[in-house]
Amino acid sequence: MAITYTSGEQVEVYRFSIPATILIPLTAVFLQAWLSKRFPFLTIFDLPLLVTIGFATARRNPLAGLFTGSLIGMLQDALTINPIGLYGIAKTVVGFGASSLGIKLDVENAGARFLLTIVFYVVHEIVYFMIARGLVGLHMAWSWPHEFLSGVANAVLGIFVFMLLDRVKQRT
Amino acid sequence: MDVLGRYRNLIVLVGVLFAQVLGLAVQVKRTTASEPTRLIRVWAVGAVTPLEKALEWMQTSTGNIWHNYFYLRGVRAENRSLKAQIERMTLEQVRLSQDAGQARRLQALLAFKEQFISQTMAAQVIGGSGSESSRSVFIDKGYSDGIRPDMAVITADGIVGKVLHADPVDRHVAEVLLIDDQTSGVGAILEKTRLQGILRGTPSGELVLEKVMSDETVSPGEQVLTSGGDRIFPKGLTVGQVTKVSPGTEVFLNIRVRPAADLSRLEEVLVVTKIDERQAEPDQTGAARAIDILAERLPTVPPKPEDAAKGAAGTAAPGTVPTGTVKPTTVKPTPVAPTTAGSDAKPKAVSPQASAAAPATRKTATAASASGAPSGTASGLSSATPANSTGIPATKPAPKPVKVAVPPPPKPQPAVEDAPH
Repeated sequence: MAITYTSGEQVEVYRFSIPATILIPLTAVFLQAWLSKRFPFLTIFDLPLLVTIGFATARRNPLAGLFTGSLIGMLQDALTINPIGLYGIAKTVVGFGASSLGIKLDVENAGARFLLTIVFYVVHEIVYFMIARGLVGLHMAWSWPHEFLSGVANAVLGIFVFMLLDRVKQRT
Repeated sequence: MDVLGRYRNLIVLVGVLFAQVLGLAVQVKRTTASEPTRLIRVWAVGAVTPLEKALEWMQTSTGNIWHNYFYLRGVRAENRSLKAQIERMTLEQVRLSQDAGQARRLQALLAFKEQFISQTMAAQVIGGSGSESSRSVFIDKGYSDGIRPDMAVITADGIVGKVLHADPVDRHVAEVLLIDDQTSGVGAILEKTRLQGILRGTPSGELVLEKVMSDETVSPGEQVLTSGGDRIFPKGLTVGQVTKVSPGTEVFLNIRVRPAADLSRLEEVLVVTKIDERQAEPDQTGAARAIDILAERLPTVPPKPEDAAKGAAGTAAPGTVPTGTVKPTTVKPTPVAPTTAGSDAKPKAVSPQASAAAPATRKTATAASASGAPSGTASGLSSATPANSTGIPATKPAPKPVKVAVPPPPKPQPAVEDAPH
């Protein structure tokens, strides 16, 4: 039973074993690439992003969060044809933000996780859009309804992903 | 010092972001053609693709066991349907081969150079990029299999994309840029109007044909083919079909194209590993002299039974019709091609009686075949078959006719004199 507090001093901090730290992001990136090929509509989900948020909120360490997000993002970039760093920057911001917010808020219940995922999904997409369009020169289409609905879909999936992560996280 | 400790997290965040932005700037500045593959890409692909290959193999194996050994319902009906389709396509092939032969002769006259796909390699799609902004797939063949960047990737339905990365480091995997990616560009031509443009992908994954002037008339439904101008795809491959035409932002039309190949459900693809460019040559297998054609098109006189019997006695080998003779009434027993589409394609000799009765039928079918109207009868098939290889009107049986060097006098000669020994 995880104890949750809103006080920064009393908040529960978790860690993940080394195999889990390596294998879970790799699996997320793999599934993202493999499932999207089998079922193209699944590209609206961003499993690596959900893992980034899950790790960041559990660890509650901004440095760990931003580095985790950075590595997962660059790994995801490596499988695309775009320059490496697009997903890296976006997930760095999300990792930092999620872990910083995890210190201050109760993110152990499903409702908070749901809202948190929607917010960070949209933040992720905004950062990605700005970098891709402004720095790389990609033509990107932006649609608020699409982003919001994708955020909701990711939030629903996120609840289950976070439940799975709860099973492998360990108290410090 | 205290300030640094207080804002340590923020400083690290800014540092990491700055480093990544710097890295992006360096990558964007470099040209993609000479850019070496990043090590992180090699690692990522190396970490992910073995799993994808294994899963693909398991899925294919399971599917094969199920489909090949258990789920065989409807196979007989499908077999019958396919046989009927083969028959239809055989007739169609006759007509097309005649057109092709004519085209080859004209191309040879114009010293026209064509591109031929001379070698392809089948590959299986094992994974995608997993991103909406990057439309690419990975295939299970790579550098060690002879795959190189900028090779065309196609399916039976149409073109798919080009090989983007095939590195010596990761030798068994290659990345294919799909034609619906926004960084992709394909030289395309409209089939009927022959208007050329550039086919590009959009951020939403649609295909748009650009650079077609707005004063041109383009209709939805028109086929789009490759123009060969990009030096990647050979000319004439199917790209897709025009779905929507609307005025564009400038002086160009906005033409939406639906790809012929289903890019979202790719399973197996063909990588074009070799393209030959050579000058078209007319077929050397048959002498398409005017006198030969004229002789075949002359009205037929049914041979007398004694002529046929005599000819049969004097025939040394089948297929020795003297094409140089004007009167085809001394036709010897000749082999005929298979009388049914499903049988062997090799010609078979028939009895003298059958042969004697055959010419009239054969001529009739030949005329129909030459005029581009397949008869659909067995004799129509048999007489038309040689045209596949000769490219001239289907008037000769399958074995090569003997060419007479000097046009002979109108006196009919015994076939045995002209027969090769």
